[in-house]
Amino acid sequence: MSCGVLAIAEQVNGVFRKVTYEALSEGRVIADGLGCSLSVAVLGSGIKNNSESLGKYGAERILVADDAALEEYMTDTYTNVIAGIVTREKPCVIILGASSRGRDLAARLSARLDAPLAMDCVAVRLDAGNVVVTRPMYGGKILAEIMLEGEPRIIAIRPNSMKIAESQKTGVVEIIVVDKGSTDLKFIEKKLDTGKVELTEADVVVSGGRGMGGPDYSAIEKLAGIFGGAVGASRSAVDEGWRPHSDQVGQTGKVVSPNLYIACGISGAIQHLAGMSSSKVIVAINKDPEAPIFAKADYGIVGDLFEIAPLITEEIKKVKGL
Amino acid sequence: MEVIVLLKQVPSTESFVGISENGLSVKTDDVKWVINPYDEFAVEEALRVKEAHGGSGSVTILSVGTEKAVEAIRTALAMGADKGILISDSAAYNCDGLQTAKILAAAIKSLPFDLIIAGQRAVDGDNYMVGSAVAELLKIPAITMVMKESIADRKITCSRTVEGGMVVIEAPLPALITTQRGLNEPRYASLPGIMKAKKKPLEIKSLKDIGLDSAGTGAPKTKIISLKYPPERKGGRMITGETAADKARALVKALHEEAKIV
Ligand SMILES: Cc1cc2nc3c(=O)[nH]c(=O)nc-3n(C[C@H](O)[C@H](O)[C@H](O)COP(=O)(O)OP(=O)(O)OC[C@H]3O[C@@H](n4cnc5c(N)ncnc54)[C@H](O)[C@@H]3O)c2cc1C
Ligand SMILES: Nc1ncnc2c1ncn2[C@@H]1O[C@H](COP(=O)(O)O)[C@@H](O)[C@H]1O
Repeated sequence: MSCGVLAIAEQVNGVFRKVTYEALSEGRVIADGLGCSLSVAVLGSGIKNNSESLGKYGAERILVADDAALEEYMTDTYTNVIAGIVTREKPCVIILGASSRGRDLAARLSARLDAPLAMDCVAVRLDAGNVVVTRPMYGGKILAEIMLEGEPRIIAIRPNSMKIAESQKTGVVEIIVVDKGSTDLKFIEKKLDTGKVELTEADVVVSGGRGMGGPDYSAIEKLAGIFGGAVGASRSAVDEGWRPHSDQVGQTGKVVSPNLYIACGISGAIQHLAGMSSSKVIVAINKDPEAPIFAKADYGIVGDLFEIAPLITEEIKKVKGL
Repeated sequence: MEVIVLLKQVPSTESFVGISENGLSVKTDDVKWVINPYDEFAVEEALRVKEAHGGSGSVTILSVGTEKAVEAIRTALAMGADKGILISDSAAYNCDGLQTAKILAAAIKSLPFDLIIAGQRAVDGDNYMVGSAVAELLKIPAITMVMKESIADRKITCSRTVEGGMVVIEAPLPALITTQRGLNEPRYASLPGIMKAKKKPLEIKSLKDIGLDSAGTGAPKTKIISLKYPPERKGGRMITGETAADKARALVKALHEEAKIV
């Protein structure tokens, strides 16, 4: 088996996504298990200086493709460049974050390289040199262990599922010359709210459902804010037009795995549970003592969320000494 | 405008999905089968694209599945699609994502198309890959997780959802896009629609019919070695108290001392 693990970094305006560190840390564990080295590919424009920092997550080599044409993520240019790196480096494993961009790239790459792909992995283990991943299927109703056969094995990891570990190693930056190939896609514009905490990466998510009764989410925004967390919503709240589609948690929305998930005025439909039941601790606030969400919550409070949520916010302030 | 929709029949999201005795496959006997929700958006968008172009051209539903998938295709025809093609072959029943993409791409090679619409993911395997893989095999551009699209001058402009917002991207046709919730509200099949659907063409083909043999799809590269239920979440503790303030205090105490989260 050829060897070497290649992680793919994801950066936006020079800032690495948290899942990049998760992919590197897990990549390090795999590389150690296989007895091989870990490299990381960083694509972008003007990103050389920021890239050095990736060494401390275990990458021996930091391959930087710095090119104005790589400023924005475009499926075709990025696939061309990564495929070029793969041809040269011949990694046996490629690991990256299953973000919207990571999934797009991983899927295209899998077909380009005729390589096995497992999306949204929550665990990876080695079994006699074979790579076995665990990934949820059927909206998390089932966990599958999958063996990947053929190389390179592409592993896209679900954000917030794997530990970040710093390492003693320091990486060496190599500027690489890349072939961008031909491209069809044209970037027009982007509209990003960079101040907003990304739901899938947040340590704390506070979600509001139909029980919010309207678009005023300030009570739970304050609660989320005190943790530096993100605000989510049930599909009913999104359908009402109270929250944008990007806030929807569930089987047809985002899957989140925060340390703490607080469900406010959410009944606990199976499609909602599919999006949050892998959270470490779940708290439910609902005025109906029979609400199904209580059967899945670690802590439940029966009561009016508009009364309870602000009181919790005040209590946490006290505990945190704010 | 010739539009192809890639459509998969899946267990409905509220279905209980059990694991078979062998631990390697799921039990589907008691499952209610539906069109994959993201593919419903794809059907709706295809119909809108056709309507926006004066109703010329056609919407073709393409699916790989067992003969049962005919039901899902008929539903799409009842919504207004023009014809359906089902690739049903026992050699294709346990395909992984990449193999499915190879079958779909082979079937599409003999069809005219300007646009292909797929779901971002099928809610059975949650693979998030077949759409992009089909585009790669056909060497056409793909834009995934599209919330909004418009077509002019043989170019499609799409708003694609990304973390924290939206990116607008343009691609020349022919192209493939995948759907995101928010793209549209799928219409229901009307009664006349259901009647008409019965007469619309629906072909069932084998792998051989589309010029593929098992070598063409290759061996599966992902192999399930075990299926498990996730650890069940047990309902935990109800926090009680005289007043709302007591409850809030007790909760934060528990989060601080037991869960060590605050
Ligand atoms: C194909 C499909 C896909 C779906 N995908 C998703 C998905 O991705 N995500 C999702 O969330 N849903 C999804 N759904 C919808 C899902 O089935 C439920 O309808 C939805 O989750 C219900 O949202 P809710 O809990 O906010 O509303 P409800 O079920 O109406 O519950 C509202 C709750 O708020 C409580 N309440 C009201 N007022 C207060 C108050 N003042 N204080 C405290 N509690 C209060 C009530 O007691 C009630 O329990 C999907 C459905 C289908 C068919
Ligand atoms: N068997 C299939 N037949 C037709 N289309 C499919 C099939 N499997 C997947 N697709 C398409 O690819 C999308 C993504 O599926 P997946 O990669 O399996 O999550 C689906 O929403 C469909 O549009």
